[in-house]
Parts: sequence; structure tokens; C-alpha cells
Amino acid sequence: MSGHDHGEDGVSRRKVLECMTWAGTGVLWTITGGVPRSLGIIDSAEAATAAAPGMTFLQISDSHVGFDKPANPNALGTLEEAVNKINAMPVKPSFMIHTGDITHLSKASEFDNADRIISQSKLDVHYVPGEHDFLDEEVKFYRERYGRGTKGQGWYSFDAGGVHFVGLVNVVDLKGGGLGNLGAEQLAWLEDDLRGKSKSTPVVLFAHIPLWTVYPEWGWGTEDGGRALEYVKGFGSVTVLNGHIHQVMQKVEGNVTFHTARSTAFPQPAPGTAASPGPMKVEDAKLRSMLGVASINFKQNEQRLAIIDTPLQG
Amino acid sequence: MKTLNRRDFGVDLGLTLAAAILLPATIARADDNLEVHIDNFVFQPPELKIKVGTTVTWTNRDDIPHTVVSAGKFRSKTLDTDDKFAFTFTNAGDYKYFCSLHPHMTGMIKVE
Repeated sequence: MSGHDHGEDGVSRRKVLECMTWAGTGVLWTITGGVPRSLGIIDSAEAATAAAPGMTFLQISDSHVGFDKPANPNALGTLEEAVNKINAMPVKPSFMIHTGDITHLSKASEFDNADRIISQSKLDVHYVPGEHDFLDEEVKFYRERYGRGTKGQGWYSFDAGGVHFVGLVNVVDLKGGGLGNLGAEQLAWLEDDLRGKSKSTPVVLFAHIPLWTVYPEWGWGTEDGGRALEYVKGFGSVTVLNGHIHQVMQKVEGNVTFHTARSTAFPQPAPGTAASPGPMKVEDAKLRSMLGVASINFKQNEQRLAIIDTPLQG
Repeated sequence: MKTLNRRDFGVDLGLTLAAAILLPATIARADDNLEVHIDNFVFQPPELKIKVGTTVTWTNRDDIPHTVVSAGKFRSKTLDTDDKFAFTFTNAGDYKYFCSLHPHMTGMIKVE
């Protein structure tokens, strides 16, 4: 958390930006090799970012610190490369979100290593847990580090740059045969959290497992994700950011843009293209083109949201 | 092992031998150790039929951790690559189980 308290609600930029009107019109996307990718918008988005900075924040995901298998024997090293990439960005992001699987096995040393590297970005980081972050016997390491000021299993909301951010937890109390799970308590909280918000407020929902059904055969979806999406229906601009599937995938449905980020640790296969969703071993030269981070830019007067996926290489 | 004297050991061994001799070969032996492998996010075999008293051992052969959980019955620790979990079934019944990290992974042990 880098000392940031989720309970507070008062980023000063918000005042400056709160008169803006927003309408997410989505990001151009296409499918390359079975993987939808944002295209075309990238160059213009970067140009626009230089002209009118707006607010930019970063998404980093699935760092799996501790992973050392053939798909990437040094996940900590590629996390560091990702952080170096972030530090080299021409516009310093306002903050970062981490959409879970910080560690591979929830060991204290893995959390410590992850924090040591991620803190080099000198950004506030808002975390949500992945299933790999709740593996310690007492399920306390994540909560001790990142649970401060959160509700329930670790959900929370905050406002920044006129945007309402909601961090959700969908990796707890999973049912046999099912998918990711938000649960009744969290959904009730979410409904309450959004109540009274102006419908022109852009909303960002972020969680580890995709809230939309990507590929249920591999568990890539959230059982009750549809309920959460009902609560944001009336909002003009909704962006859903997830991780878990270690590849960029995007779709736009009405006012909602769904996007998943790359991992910084190892790639996973496109849905149904392999025997399992497990770590995908690619040739060494290709690995860094399949790892990376995403930056998300809200621009004043552009009425457009831009998500730029930056691989570590290529 | 220090508390186990030679005589105890001899009695155990004798009983085991006697059981092995008396049991007809056609009945699945209750003292079998049966294996379930986790490969590519699948429990293999997905269903096992066993006798009461059988111990089943799960081995995770994936590069990703898994668990073996049967609600209210048994729950493994997180199994990293090549880790094992063993459970001895002392009561008859159907034991549905799943991986609590990847709940689409399910299996069944039928104990009679």
C-alpha cells in the first residue's frame, strides 16, 4: 500500500477534474493469433497523452514472485524489468493497481521480495489478492500487508482524478465446479458503495479473476460477476480491469470495457489452445514480448479511455 | 520408531501376511495405496472406486500449485510441484472433491 489509506476520499486532483464529463467509447481491438489486442489507438493515445496528460494510472498483475519453473525461472527478475519500464515512462503515472497473484505461494519472503521491487516505482499501489496470495496457513500475510482499511476479505473503493475505483476480491470461498466468486456480502457492499454516485462518474472495477466469462472450461470467469455488472449498468463509463489469465484480452459491451493485463511472470495459452491453462513455455527470445504492464489514461475532453499494453520487450 | 519393539512389529507383520493369504484375489485389497495424479489441471483418474481403509495419495505434477478439498471431509495444504497429499478413507460414501484454487478441477472417490 505504500502508506496509502483506502478509507480516505480526497485526492486533490479530483476537485480540478470533477466537472469533466466522461463517456467511455471503448478501445479499438482486433484479434491476432487468437488474442484480442488493442491496436491503432496506441500511437494516437500516446500522442494525446503528451498533449493533454489527464490522469494516467498503471495496472500490473500476476507477478508470481517465487515462481521459478521453466516458463520463467526468474519471475522476480522480470518483475524488476517491468518496474524499470514503469520508471522510464515519459509521464509519471498517478498510482498503480496490482490485480493479484503478487506471489506464487504466499510465502512471507515472496511478499517481501515483491514489495522490495514494486516499491522502487515510488508509486502508491492499490492491491487486490489473487488465489496465490491466500495460500499461507493462516491467510494473514496478504492481509497484514495490504488489508488495512479494507472491508470483508479485502475489498474497498477510492476516488482519484474524478474516477471511482472499486477493488474486488473474487478468489475466496470458491465452490467445487464453479468459477471465481464475489459472494453476497461483497455484492451488497458494492451496491451500497455505488449508491448515490453520479452516473457521469467514470467507474473502474478491478479484481483478479475476470469478472466476465472468458473461458469457463478453464475457470476463467466469475460466477456472480454479472451481479456486479448490473450495479454499474447506469454509469456512462465503466472499465473492468482483471488479471489471472496472463494475456491481453479485451471486449467492449455497451458502456463497459473489459480488459485483462499481461503477467510480469509467465504467459498462459489462449483459451482452448493447450491442454491446460498452466504456464506456457515459449522460446527465451519471445518471453518478454508476452509479459508486460498496462497503462490506463483518462483524458479531459477526449471522452475516451485509452488502455495501452506495454510488453517488456518488442 | 524407538518405541516400536520387535514383538509389535512381528505381530503387525503376521496379521498383514494372514490378511493377504485369506483375501480372495478378486476383491480389491483394502490396504492398496492408490494414486491420483494432477496433470494439466486434471485429477487423473477423475473417479476412483475403493474399499474402506484404502489410502489415496494425490501428487501434483503441474507447474502450478493445487489443493485437494472435499468439503467437511478433508483438505490438503497447498501442493506445490511434486508435493503429495494422502488420505485414508475409513467410511463408505461418495467423496466429491475439488481444487480450491481452480474449482473447475473436480474429482470423486467412491468408497464402499
